[in-house]
Amino acid sequence: MPLLEIADGHLLADDWVPVAEDAPLPQAPAILSPARLRDPALAGHNGRLGLALDPGTQPEEIADLLPRLSLVQVVLPKPKDGRAFTQVRALREHHGFTGEIRATGHLLPDHARMLRRCGVTTVALPEGADLEAWRRSAEVVDIAYQPAQDEGTPLGFRRRRLRAA
Amino acid sequence: MNALVEPIALPSPVHPPHARTYRYDEVDREFLQERIAEFSGQVERRLRGELTEDEFKPLRLMNGLYLQLHAYMHRICIPYGILTATQLRQLAMIARRWDRGYGHFTTRQNIQFNWVALKDVPDILRALAEVDMHSIQTSGNCIRNTTIDEYAGAAPDEVVDPRIYAEIIRQWSTLHPEFTWLPRKFKIAITGAPQDRAAIQVHDVGLQAKRNDRGEIGFEVWVGGGLGRTPILATKLRDWVPEDELLAYLEAVIRVYNALGQRENIHRARIKILVRDLGDAYRERVEREFARLPKAKYRLDPEIVAQVAEHFAPPPFAALPDSPPATARALEANAEFAAWARQSVRAHKAPGHASVTISLKPIGGIPGDCSAEQMEAVAQLAERHAFGEVRVSHVQNLVLPHVRQEDLPAVWQGLRAAGLATPNVGLLSDIIACPGMDYCALATARSIPVAQMISERFADLDRQHEIGECFINISGCINACGHHHVGHIGILGVDKRGAESYQITLGGSATNDAALGELVGPGFAYDKVTDAVETILRTYLAHRSQGERFVDTYRRIGLAPFKEALYATA
Repeated sequence: MPLLEIADGHLLADDWVPVAEDAPLPQAPAILSPARLRDPALAGHNGRLGLALDPGTQPEEIADLLPRLSLVQVVLPKPKDGRAFTQVRALREHHGFTGEIRATGHLLPDHARMLRRCGVTTVALPEGADLEAWRRSAEVVDIAYQPAQDEGTPLGFRRRRLRAA
Repeated sequence: MNALVEPIALPSPVHPPHARTYRYDEVDREFLQERIAEFSGQVERRLRGELTEDEFKPLRLMNGLYLQLHAYMHRICIPYGILTATQLRQLAMIARRWDRGYGHFTTRQNIQFNWVALKDVPDILRALAEVDMHSIQTSGNCIRNTTIDEYAGAAPDEVVDPRIYAEIIRQWSTLHPEFTWLPRKFKIAITGAPQDRAAIQVHDVGLQAKRNDRGEIGFEVWVGGGLGRTPILATKLRDWVPEDELLAYLEAVIRVYNALGQRENIHRARIKILVRDLGDAYRERVEREFARLPKAKYRLDPEIVAQVAEHFAPPPFAALPDSPPATARALEANAEFAAWARQSVRAHKAPGHASVTISLKPIGGIPGDCSAEQMEAVAQLAERHAFGEVRVSHVQNLVLPHVRQEDLPAVWQGLRAAGLATPNVGLLSDIIACPGMDYCALATARSIPVAQMISERFADLDRQHEIGECFINISGCINACGHHHVGHIGILGVDKRGAESYQITLGGSATNDAALGELVGPGFAYDKVTDAVETILRTYLAHRSQGERFVDTYRRIGLAPFKEALYATA
């Protein structure tokens, strides 16, 4: 699955491996469930770890795990299901998580700007995704009327220009 | 990467200088052009098959585009119901060029065009942008147009000007990155007067703006009101949120909803269900979120409030006496003018001025409909007599907020010439009705023809005056777009084994004494509903004590006498 760096529209190599509940831990960076991450057997593991955050789980429920994580993966099960936006914003704003946040699921190019503004760093593009449509959508609307996890250049009132001039 | 669109330098539209609405600058205009480019791109991707209809639907809805029974309906945003004469003329042009020569004003203070073609929508958006208008977030599961008292800035009892905060909320909620994919639509209403004219208890969020004893501005916050198939009155969440924390508090309210609101069942997805189900736990979660969010980041800077307030500064009212002699003489000499003035003219905070409500409820007409010619006539009257400003009311009428009392006879003449002087504002035939089965794909019964039948039955003005204040609200399905739950008399059309059946509720109200109407009994057939309304009104008149309105009598005597009159002989 191609991986899009949402800030600049580049494609990245994906070296993370999603690991099933009972599968052995690989050498590669592993994306695990919260339960697996809490497994005492994991204590000595020194590889990079990621967490798959279910849309129904609140970030504060996994806050204790965040210091060990390099990646949190969120999911939009349907394009209209926007719970991930609040999860991502909370991870950045309340929990100060600075690692990679990856969006997966039924994503549309039209989500790009909102994902980025809430604090998503990478997008697992769905099969057959039109990369150009994603790049265009990410920046077609360049003016924002509210603060988010990005800064931008102030334009009066609470407005800002998102792209560097 | 290169930008898809270079900013287009458009000439600024010429708005009347004293019409008080938020004035776009080049940044706002650039944003609108970007947004049009985005939507046009979405339409192209749909036409190329890159988006499925399921994927495209929420995108077109967020731009106000519905697929109705016969055609696309395009809902245009009128922020908090305020238009300049220039904008109203452009709406007339759009009605003529791309619709069938008329538009339909809604209870959400917007306008709908019921007969547009998908291919014309980008052109319509460009025509709207020429006058700083759009259709952003007029549908979809996002924050919709904030509605306010249509007499804002004019009402004598106003404590805080709601327009300023409605504009601030409009900007804050525009393409909000976190709140564009909520469980369901989200509607905010603000009143700035002790008399609630914005129905704040039946909105997802209702704000009562007020001042404390130090004169500071703050907001009483109500959450989780709504009509639809599960009508619920709002819960008061907070007595006081200081002005500079308003947006932070709204962030907290909506974050909790976005995280926890139901998404599986569309009928349980509004915030009212979450608030009802969680009870105090909802309030606790909001307060916790509010306590931990970075206040400085979400602070509403008083300087920004002051800058927005400049857009709504009072127009230059002339120093005039109340009740000028010429108008007083006309009221005495002309009974028709006097009858109109009695219903349509309302007290104004500036001496010698008045607010004028224009009825869009001609006897036998379609509530809220307005022809292109009528829009132009209103625009012209607004330019001549009302600083070029027009409001849309949440009961589907128009308002000229600031008219000199000495101009009232001329305004009336002008309205009369345009067929807009029906003297029924606030009376029985000032009916709210949804489009119903005549337009809407969701409807299960007709509502417009029911409104027409009732208004024709009670066309006699003396009879309407005898009945006094009584609001009839009609919905053509349980989604309740006609707000039947809060009508003094509410009528809900449903489908009963293939035939239309109309259920009647009594005693609803959407103002300070908000209440949901009570069902009077089994429904009535389409051709019997007008008789039933007549029976209800006869019963009221028979029981009425001195000075009582319909709703007062109902609250005193209850449902039983009405039930008996309606069903005893059947």
